[in-house]
Amino acid sequence: MGKILEINGPLVKLELPQTVIGEQVRVGRMGLVGEVIGRDGDTALAQLYEDTAGLRPGEVAEGLGWPLSVELGPGLLGAIFDGVQRPLQAVWEQSGDRIARGVAVPSLPRNKAWHFVPDAALHAGSTLAGGTVLGTVQETESILHRILTPPQIHGELLELAPEGDYTLEETIGRAKLADGRIEKLQLFHRWPVRTARPFKQRDHAVAPLITGQRILDTFYPLLKGGKAAIPGPFGAGKTMLQQQIARWCNAEIVIYVGCGERGNELTDVLEFMPELTDPHTGRPLMERTLLVANTSNMPVVAREASIYVGITLAEYFRDQGYDVVMVADSTSRWAEALREVAGRLGQMPVEEGYPAYLGSRLAAFYERAGRVETFAGDHGSVTLIGAVSPPGGDFSEPVTSHTKEIIQTFWALSKELADARHYPAVDWLESFSGYVSSAAKWWAQEVDPNWENARAEALDLLAASEELQRIVNLVGVEALSSEQRWTLEAAGLIKEGLLQQAATDEVDSFASPEKQYALLAALLEIYRQGMKLVKLGAPARRLIQMPLLAQARRWKSQHNSEDLAALKAKIAAIPNAFEPLFEEYAVTPSTLREATP
Amino acid sequence: MKNIEFRTATSAQGGLVVMGGVPGVAAGSRVQLRDHAGRLRSGLVIRTADDAVLVEVFEGTDELDLERTWVRFLDEPFKLPLSRDILGRVFNGAGLPRDGRPPIISADRRDVNGEPLNPAARAYPREFIQTGISAIDGMNSLTRGQKLPIFSGGGLPHNRVAAQIVRQAKLLGEEAAEFVIVFAAFGASHADARFFQESFEESGVLNKVVMFLNLADEPVIERLLTPRAALTAAEYLAFDLDYHVLVVMTDMTAYAEALREVAVLRGDVPARKGYPGYLYSDLAELYERAGRIKNRRGSITMIPVLSMPSDDITHPIPDLTGYITEGQIVLGRELANQGVYPPVTVLPSLSRLMKDGVGKNFTREDHPHVASQLFASYAKALEVRGLAAIIGAEELSDADRRTLEFADAFERRFIGQGEDEDRSIHETLSLAWDLLSMLPPETLIRVSEDELAKYHKGTA
Ligand SMILES: Nc1ncnc2c1ncn2[C@@H]1O[C@H](COP(=O)(O)OP(=O)(O)OP(=O)(O)O)[C@@H](O)[C@H]1O
Ligand SMILES: [Mg+2]
Repeated sequence: MGKILEINGPLVKLELPQTVIGEQVRVGRMGLVGEVIGRDGDTALAQLYEDTAGLRPGEVAEGLGWPLSVELGPGLLGAIFDGVQRPLQAVWEQSGDRIARGVAVPSLPRNKAWHFVPDAALHAGSTLAGGTVLGTVQETESILHRILTPPQIHGELLELAPEGDYTLEETIGRAKLADGRIEKLQLFHRWPVRTARPFKQRDHAVAPLITGQRILDTFYPLLKGGKAAIPGPFGAGKTMLQQQIARWCNAEIVIYVGCGERGNELTDVLEFMPELTDPHTGRPLMERTLLVANTSNMPVVAREASIYVGITLAEYFRDQGYDVVMVADSTSRWAEALREVAGRLGQMPVEEGYPAYLGSRLAAFYERAGRVETFAGDHGSVTLIGAVSPPGGDFSEPVTSHTKEIIQTFWALSKELADARHYPAVDWLESFSGYVSSAAKWWAQEVDPNWENARAEALDLLAASEELQRIVNLVGVEALSSEQRWTLEAAGLIKEGLLQQAATDEVDSFASPEKQYALLAALLEIYRQGMKLVKLGAPARRLIQMPLLAQARRWKSQHNSEDLAALKAKIAAIPNAFEPLFEEYAVTPSTLREATP
Repeated sequence: MKNIEFRTATSAQGGLVVMGGVPGVAAGSRVQLRDHAGRLRSGLVIRTADDAVLVEVFEGTDELDLERTWVRFLDEPFKLPLSRDILGRVFNGAGLPRDGRPPIISADRRDVNGEPLNPAARAYPREFIQTGISAIDGMNSLTRGQKLPIFSGGGLPHNRVAAQIVRQAKLLGEEAAEFVIVFAAFGASHADARFFQESFEESGVLNKVVMFLNLADEPVIERLLTPRAALTAAEYLAFDLDYHVLVVMTDMTAYAEALREVAVLRGDVPARKGYPGYLYSDLAELYERAGRIKNRRGSITMIPVLSMPSDDITHPIPDLTGYITEGQIVLGRELANQGVYPPVTVLPSLSRLMKDGVGKNFTREDHPHVASQLFASYAKALEVRGLAAIIGAEELSDADRRTLEFADAFERRFIGQGEDEDRSIHETLSLAWDLLSMLPPETLIRVSEDELAKYHKGTA
């Protein structure tokens, strides 16, 4: 037992010999929990996860003997946890609307029994290694929870419980470890959040994460197991985009981390997730989702921890062989929490008050993403998508610039686009993806061999129009040639008919890869047909008046992903719309088609 | 400990007093200082160890004589006494009466810092509040439980706009369910405070208003307490007494500057423009107190007013506010100079909760599309206007000229309205269609073809 020496905001100095850095401590009469972050002789410095008001020097303090850890087992899905994995629903039931300090509720329910089916291949005497699948629990209808041995275990199975209902408290087996100790096995185990969970080996990411958002999937793809960032000024749409991904992506498990953001946004997720169905499995989305919430008004130290809690939960499902997506909104708030603690510790600030280790912490965090081969021999992945909230929308600030060097996919949101209500406000010139060639293989195989070319053609068109727009802004549209005017018009068509995709549009909120490609190909077809006419001498003015252009802008909202036949019929009719003009300008499209290979 | 006076101050500087030899003082505890002239000052324990306790003094440390300063540790945080009687009262920033009437006596005294709301306990705001102002209702709607600040600048009519919202705000269909108002001013001028007081008086709501005033010439550190006291009162009215509460706080810039002043004194590491790194968390502690709670009838809707230093929206105060609040109403100098009232600059304005509070079951089914179309058409029109300024209006095509006429009419007739003009949402939407009808239907792709057929006046 030790005691409190000094209290300074969330930092407390303790007289607590023989503690180690990272160890959990419980201090004061209220039993507030925190972790040791520094030691000097018999004194230890700890940061507390809860507000320290009312704490006094002289009150008791004790080391708990373990680092900040999470409970991993059935009961995670559909839940909402705070930044140190307290179950907020249960906390609400126990302590009311406001989060009382010092409440201790186990992370996973202890009284609930789960139906456990042992692995048929296991028997007394089987060798056990870390990550061995002991059996399964059907946690939700869509997710089979694989019960894993803790990663550090090596030994021999002594006994395993038969199929039946067990609570987390009950023993489902015993193992004899290499050093002779007997270890009890339960449906859950603990893992320290600041240590990455081990796996057999890293593997290449191969499949794109399909989010249903055209600007992401078609233009700046992300792979399952990849890392992405969404930087953008306030109100540009980071949260909406992350929620769209959480809703529609084809991952098997989604972990939504609200780190230092709004309470209402989590309420929003909690309300819509149970009502929506997964377009890939047809099951309620909440069955595959879990939330970690440390909102902006909750204590800042727990905010720093929340990101690690989230990623550890993600790794745990990865180790069961699942593709997991974790969205973190916002990593900037995590970095600011780091900065706040560093400031109180008197550490030397280097840029904008951030400590020198900001970059390395960020890198280490994103490094926990990836596709791996699990100990059980399966493949699993963690895809990390972090929002970044740069002050003043300035991408040169430390968190954005460090993040940019770490990630592979960069979805840059622009204030100009958001102000014009072009959503998602992903800037097609500033964004990038390092995964295009990997994604291209998948698209070529699954959707259309021409995907990569079509994508490049559309991006070229957008880049060219940017150049032309600059000229127009200087001297007016009359200065452009017909060819240039048509280019500008076609780029507008791509922006409005393809890139814009309102999350609130019931039909278009999610677009399957087939729909994405069909629209892309259609709009490019319109562009090419028009360009042929312009080259034959048709003035752009005539083309721009075609009703087809306004119609094509509406296609995305008229046809959902299940109803592509009707869309394809419209697309097949595109040449007809140009027919009269081709006749007027003396060549028919069919003769032209024959003339050009 | 409460009753003992200590005379052990070892240093006093810049608002901070260090007390020696007072063991066991609670962090965050309230402190009362009596100086040599017998004047009382109040303070807060911000750091505590047995051998030294650091106290922040709200009234400052000027003229403190260490040998003749007596300090009592009250052993509790700042608390506000609460009862139904707070309605109609005026308090100072620390919650003491400034209307000459007796203090509130109540056993119910609450810590002004509040406690964080459990996200699992929140109910999502969905009910549309009609403010009667088209630029807000039509394009940036407010919902019950939302926090929607007004971003403004020196000389712009933010006070008038805020007062108009307070006068006109109501829920559709439930006209009787009116708001009670909690009004907090920090660093405000006497003229501003009087303006609001008179406006409440004129509209006869004075007995439904609680005011917390810390004026420009009053102690700076007290500004840190003022919004907290006000929000504690708001929470009580909303979640204990079931009222719908509208909180108006002005001016958040004065609050943030006070926070910076204190941070510098404490020696905290500055992040941007001298503001401490925790400005975000500190502002969030205030703004996040807005909202609704499951199984509770009342609500807190918050309209903070904030003047942007040099009209710069990227300045840390509006920037961090925008990162926490659920949108912002931006007032602009350009429109104000053209005589448009309220000068709402619609493009950078935003209401994030609008998408869930308007449309079919709330206002009218075409509302979301109309709003989106107005944004798109107006954004386009501003591009054309920019172009016209370069190449001259004569060079414009007919279509472009029509677009310009739309922009002018939109600013004068839709954004612009009288200070006493209270437009229903139906009036706002039909006005919107009048304006959209100035544009050819085929350019209006954000509204559906059905809506065009129904409302566009050129397609009939
Ligand atoms: N894809 C989208 N579809 C439709 N509307 C959108 C979309 N993205 C953003 N919006 C609109 O923009 C608003 C702001 O978006 P969002 O809350 O995601 O911004 P943000 O970047 O997360 O801001 P902050 O940094 O302040 O949290 C939304 O409330 C919505 O009205
Ligand atoms: Mg956000």
